[in-house]
Amino acid sequence: MLRLEPRPAPSRAMSLLSPLLALAATVVIGIALFALLGKDPARGLAVFFVEPFRGTYAVSELCVKATPLMLIGLGLAVCYRANVWNIGAEGQFVLGAIAATWVALRATPDTGHWIVVPILLAGVAGGMAWAAIVAFLRDRANANEILVSLMLVYVAVQLLNYLVYGTWKDPEGYNFPQTITFLDATKIPRLFAGLRVNIGFVVALLSVGAFWLYLFRAFGGFRMQVGGLAAAAARYAGFSSRRALWTALLVSGGMSGLAGALEVAGPVGQLTPYVPAGYGFAAIIVAFVGRLHPVGILFSSLLMSLFYIGGELAQSRLGLPKSLTGVFQGLLLFSLLASDTLIHYRVRWRPAHPAHPIPAPKGPAA
Amino acid sequence: MLRLELIDISKQYPAVKANDRVHLRVEAGEIHAVLGENGAGKSTLMKIIYGATRPDEGEMRWDGRAVEIRNPQEARSLGIAMVFQHFSLFDTLTAAENVWLGLDRSWSLADVTRRITEVAHEYGLDVDPLRPVHTLSVGERQRVEIVRALLTKPRLLILDEPTSVLTPQAVQALFVTLRKLAAEGCSILYISHKLDEIRALCHKCTVMRGGRVTGEVDPRQESNAGLSRLMIGAEPPQLEHRPAAPGEQVLAVRGLTLARTGAFGADLADVAFEVRRGEILGIAGVSGNGQQELMAALSGEDGRAPPDAIHLFGRPIGGHSPRRRRAQGLHFVPEERLGRGAVPALSLAQNTLLTRTEAVAHSGWIRVGQAVALAQRLIERYNVKAAGPHAPARSLSGGNLQKFIVGREIDAGPKLLIVSQPTWGVDVGAAAQIRAALIALRDAGCAVLVVSEDLDELFEISDRLVVIARGRVSPSVPAPQATREQVGRWMSGLWNDEAANAGGEAAHAAA
Repeated sequence: MLRLEPRPAPSRAMSLLSPLLALAATVVIGIALFALLGKDPARGLAVFFVEPFRGTYAVSELCVKATPLMLIGLGLAVCYRANVWNIGAEGQFVLGAIAATWVALRATPDTGHWIVVPILLAGVAGGMAWAAIVAFLRDRANANEILVSLMLVYVAVQLLNYLVYGTWKDPEGYNFPQTITFLDATKIPRLFAGLRVNIGFVVALLSVGAFWLYLFRAFGGFRMQVGGLAAAAARYAGFSSRRALWTALLVSGGMSGLAGALEVAGPVGQLTPYVPAGYGFAAIIVAFVGRLHPVGILFSSLLMSLFYIGGELAQSRLGLPKSLTGVFQGLLLFSLLASDTLIHYRVRWRPAHPAHPIPAPKGPAA
Repeated sequence: MLRLELIDISKQYPAVKANDRVHLRVEAGEIHAVLGENGAGKSTLMKIIYGATRPDEGEMRWDGRAVEIRNPQEARSLGIAMVFQHFSLFDTLTAAENVWLGLDRSWSLADVTRRITEVAHEYGLDVDPLRPVHTLSVGERQRVEIVRALLTKPRLLILDEPTSVLTPQAVQALFVTLRKLAAEGCSILYISHKLDEIRALCHKCTVMRGGRVTGEVDPRQESNAGLSRLMIGAEPPQLEHRPAAPGEQVLAVRGLTLARTGAFGADLADVAFEVRRGEILGIAGVSGNGQQELMAALSGEDGRAPPDAIHLFGRPIGGHSPRRRRAQGLHFVPEERLGRGAVPALSLAQNTLLTRTEAVAHSGWIRVGQAVALAQRLIERYNVKAAGPHAPARSLSGGNLQKFIVGREIDAGPKLLIVSQPTWGVDVGAAAQIRAALIALRDAGCAVLVVSEDLDELFEISDRLVVIARGRVSPSVPAPQATREQVGRWMSGLWNDEAANAGGEAAHAAA
């Protein structure tokens, strides 16, 4: 009989191994899934896990999709470490995209390339403003940040629709709900000619380092995490919980907004109703699979990006529905939650016990 | 025939051997003490008897039959009941509902209520089954737990440190109940590290140290020193307590009135006292009488106090944050070590950053090396047993973490140190060390305020005593002139009559 025994202390090794174990479980279930769908599992796995690495273009695409996931995931990690449950990154992403678009639409053919900087800053501000609503309502009215941030996603999407179906619609766009294609000056500079990966990926990589420093070397980051780990200890130390709340939401909102700006001014190049592609929600998984650690998030965002691309390839090559991406994302998260049990518990093999509680007497005591 | 016999019980945890070939023999109707410091293996042994943990080796016999107890349900079906140190009662339910929750479904609530009254009456336990638990004092809550245990008609009752939260009078009442129970044939395992109580109550005493049994003695024949030698391998260090030489006023609390923050607890009403340089003021009282609220108001965790109600060196600080108070020399050691005094998941080095700012540069970056060095220094200076400065706080035993936290605050060079329950759940050696450190701090000219439920401790280290009851604070008495009876009565809030009648004389008359 297999038994779970609590460990005396959480296992450090397991907390690092658990994401790998979860990935392995996801692959195994994936194989079964392909087989049930009547596809060759080996081919399915190849499409999902090998094809996205084949060639520089494929790798560039991997980085393009990983960029928003990494940026948003980093911000969410700070938030979750502070015990602030912002699950509305998607809405903050949309507001970042809208604010960035507003700046981008101000550009004229004479505008210089410098406008990229205000575009990105506007994105950050937009995301922050959206998250600030959550912080304000939590701070003043003690409104649950989970609900408020989630609901604001839908408000953000409606706002986006209002703009692209209305005032910002491209007059020469054959009535499609989208803005004009942004002018070249407003486009995020690409890293290599012919590849879509742009400086956003570099920004994301630098952010990994910056967030590591903030979380593990800055007193501000320390104070915030104490609030998340032990609220009473933070009160005892005199670390303000309000400040932690506002910082957490503004940082994660700003990062989501930045990701939104990079997306509209980068790969998409215009504001459309399809800008919110679910990165804000996927980044929640990214943050947790990455153990809320910046370096972990670097890897987990690449993994999630792999699932996105794998899902698209599975659609075109194998004729499978694209929603397979979501299935794989969900499988990964659930496997991770299950594997995390092993951080606090270990599995022991114990021989089965007889059913009766009290065994037969072994004779009188001496 | 023995009621319970343990033979060669061993339990290995990854880091320590918690029980090493332990023998325990309990006869019917015997009050048997298990004496040992924290970490001696008492709790593990009790968990094994109660079926919460399984031994690696060894044999357990119940009424002479070898048994294997796999879980608490099986233990209860044999007739073993346990009253834990930390009660497991729901505050919002009544006593009867709490008891009912733990019983099987065949009982109705009315049955339970009736039985509680009967049992309570039979054993002289004053329990009103219909009162919500949050209105009960700690002593009353313990009685609810004991009644709950007695309803199962136990043949072995295990009590874990039962007197740590009781007034002296309540302790005496508990002993009467336990003696009656034993006289009826129920065996009692009494876990404690209080030597006087064991000598007064118990028939036999098994002493443990470092997971092993170091002696089985008749405590009535032993001296405190003898028991102590068995328990810690040495006689307890004697505190040298010279009379204090109080100086200028450091802390003055005047007219502090504060409503409780939650549904439970006590409102502070017109609290007033002062603490001077070079003295230790002790605050006695049964827990839940406003200590928590007072501490939070003094430390700044609760910032609602009017500025004028709390003065530090003559300056009003009622509205200051904890960090600002700390900058003015007010340091505080809270009652809860894990989760308040220290963050469980963070290392000792990181935990220094809660109250110490030496390792934080003006730019806001943490100088990791300095934090580690500070933690290392505290570990060495205060004899903290830890794997090192990087050990997470939760990996330390209660006593060692307490030494670390007290050391962290003393090392900061405070002008006023406020300590809540300095040695709660701490072993004798560590407790002596902490008390000595507090007295040394006093002698160095610091003002010290100690809140404790342990009267012995307060009498040992305090220069003056006040009592807190129902959110009010009594006038102060010099500790050498106070008696346990007087303080015990004051703990019920009855100091006004005495102060009015005879100014403290009444204490002797009533004793």
